[in-house]
Amino acid sequence: MEAASLTTAPGTGSRGRDRTDRRVELWLGALASAILVLIAGMVIFVLLKGMPSFAHNGLAWFGWGGSVDEQLMAIFNSPADPDEYVYELRAWPLLYGTALITGAAVLFSTIFSVLASIFIVEFAPRRVRQVIEPVVRLLAAVPSVIYGLIGILVVVPWVARHLISESRKESVAYVIQLDGTSILVGVFILVIMICPIMIAIVVDALRSVPDKWVQGAAALGVNRWRAMRTVSLRAIRPAIVAAAVLATARALGEAIMLSMVAGSVGFAPNPLDGLTFFLEPARPLASTIVDNAEGLSVEPFGQTMYAFAAILLISSAFLSFAGWAARRSFSRYTLGDR
Amino acid sequence: MSRLGRLERLTGRPRAGAGAPSSWSLGDRIGLGLAWLSGISLCVVAAVIVAYMAYKGLQFLHLEMLTTSPEASMDQSKSGGFLDPILGTLLLTVIGIAIAVPVGVGIAVWLTEYGRPAVLARAVESGIEIVAGTPSVVLAIFGLLVFQQAFMGIFSFTAEGGAVFGRSFVTAGVMMSVVALPMVIGSTREALSAVPRHVREASYALGKDRASTIRRVLLPSARSGIATGATLGMGRIAGDTAIVVILLGASMTITPEGGLLGLLRGTGSTLTSYVYNNSPAGEGNAPEKAYAAAFVLLLVVLLLNFVVGLIARRSEPKWS
Repeated sequence: MEAASLTTAPGTGSRGRDRTDRRVELWLGALASAILVLIAGMVIFVLLKGMPSFAHNGLAWFGWGGSVDEQLMAIFNSPADPDEYVYELRAWPLLYGTALITGAAVLFSTIFSVLASIFIVEFAPRRVRQVIEPVVRLLAAVPSVIYGLIGILVVVPWVARHLISESRKESVAYVIQLDGTSILVGVFILVIMICPIMIAIVVDALRSVPDKWVQGAAALGVNRWRAMRTVSLRAIRPAIVAAAVLATARALGEAIMLSMVAGSVGFAPNPLDGLTFFLEPARPLASTIVDNAEGLSVEPFGQTMYAFAAILLISSAFLSFAGWAARRSFSRYTLGDR
Repeated sequence: MSRLGRLERLTGRPRAGAGAPSSWSLGDRIGLGLAWLSGISLCVVAAVIVAYMAYKGLQFLHLEMLTTSPEASMDQSKSGGFLDPILGTLLLTVIGIAIAVPVGVGIAVWLTEYGRPAVLARAVESGIEIVAGTPSVVLAIFGLLVFQQAFMGIFSFTAEGGAVFGRSFVTAGVMMSVVALPMVIGSTREALSAVPRHVREASYALGKDRASTIRRVLLPSARSGIATGATLGMGRIAGDTAIVVILLGASMTITPEGGLLGLLRGTGSTLTSYVYNNSPAGEGNAPEKAYAAAFVLLLVVLLLNFVVGLIARRSEPKWS
């Protein structure tokens, strides 16, 4: 971008050299455009491949009715004759599971990340800050399968032993088995996984709030906490939105960890069950795809999985774009007057 | 030093109402307490994860596990080590980063140095964000779709009857490079835009055109930025599971299709898929092996993280 204003500068060379330069620009431009081709290809191919599943079910695809796992099984066991492929699917429990886990994780993560960021920027003693910044990077770098492993071998058994009583188990025994794998554990670990992403963005934004704003507030006699809450946090609202949006995209796509700790049952947790609700299992879309990787070669089943992928792809693309736009507008308008 | 702390020092003593937390209202003190709590719990969680993995890892890890191949057995003492997964992680990371670095650097150079037409540059910029936000499981099954086309047969194993398997180190590596790409582009761009304008102008004044300025001046000075991006990308590749599970085939050991090229076309496993398969969620259910492999994986990732810190600390060229 910087060099764009210098377009005339290198033009003093010979003609041949200009041509090389032009060629380099074209090649690199083509390479960059390949990103757009990749995205277009992804959307088109995945949508086309998943289309039969949408087409056979219509809007009922998004609705509820019957057990989604039984429907998937029936699709998997379709007869080999293409005319008799089974497509019948009501994906609601999976969509609901995705939305529930993602929404809850992002909600808690937002609160937690904002508090932690305020701590890092304003209150942490220098020593603690020197520790906490690498810690955030570390938490972001730990692979999801390790979170999943700790979840399934440590957290899940703990929940099963201490939070699920026999009577609670019996109260829903005829619908679903409570074994500790639950949305509670899924959300808990997901919060740990996505908050580093949010903290990184929110801390950057808090640091970019002009000093004089905060000091102005202090000059009016408010304390450090009030100054953060009333001035800095308000100023960086778009950045918090951007962080939440990007974290949502990440949570939406988390497959491995959730398939390990959230139960891997196509079940829609029922809020009417009271506290038991939090201990019920679910399975988001992304986990459904990973769990069924082996079945992708069965034509109608594969098409159903690509339909799930299409939903994920479109929502995450939309979220990433929104997050990008929010961050861009933030850096351009809000704090441009430093 | 926090900004208000600095102010308090400047003015000599705290202002009315802005003093020690003990004089704050209850709500403010609760807020302060919650902020401390979240900050400290972050550190505690990280410490617990690392300490627990180290404890379990050292308990179950034996040196011969690093040098023996996995074997199918219900008994954890007989199921062998994880040499193949380690080599798989290595191979996949190398393939992925070997594709991601040239492509990513090229795109970053175009964005910072050319970026015309501006509309296209903005579109590419948002496109990178979209790619970065795409779940890797979607990338994986998209890759499967592409590489199962008949003309992609050279990249993987073709069954009798012409069905292309689509799963191999190359196909997984290509999709892994997409995972690493945003990191490489991001840090390369950052490094390139840190090079001040007068450096470019000096090069032009010496009669260099833009292409050779990029090659001789800009890229060398962006070296550590590129290295940071590549290392971050390697961490992402080594830690990704979904692409491995879907695109590398489900074989425990590295199964080449004959010869070195065959190795690339063959299937295998990585540390992540090994951990996944040996956890209670997978087919193996050998928690001891899973802990040991997860510990090795964590060490790899922490090492990469440490390298990023080192590169960042090694000073960039000073321009002022």
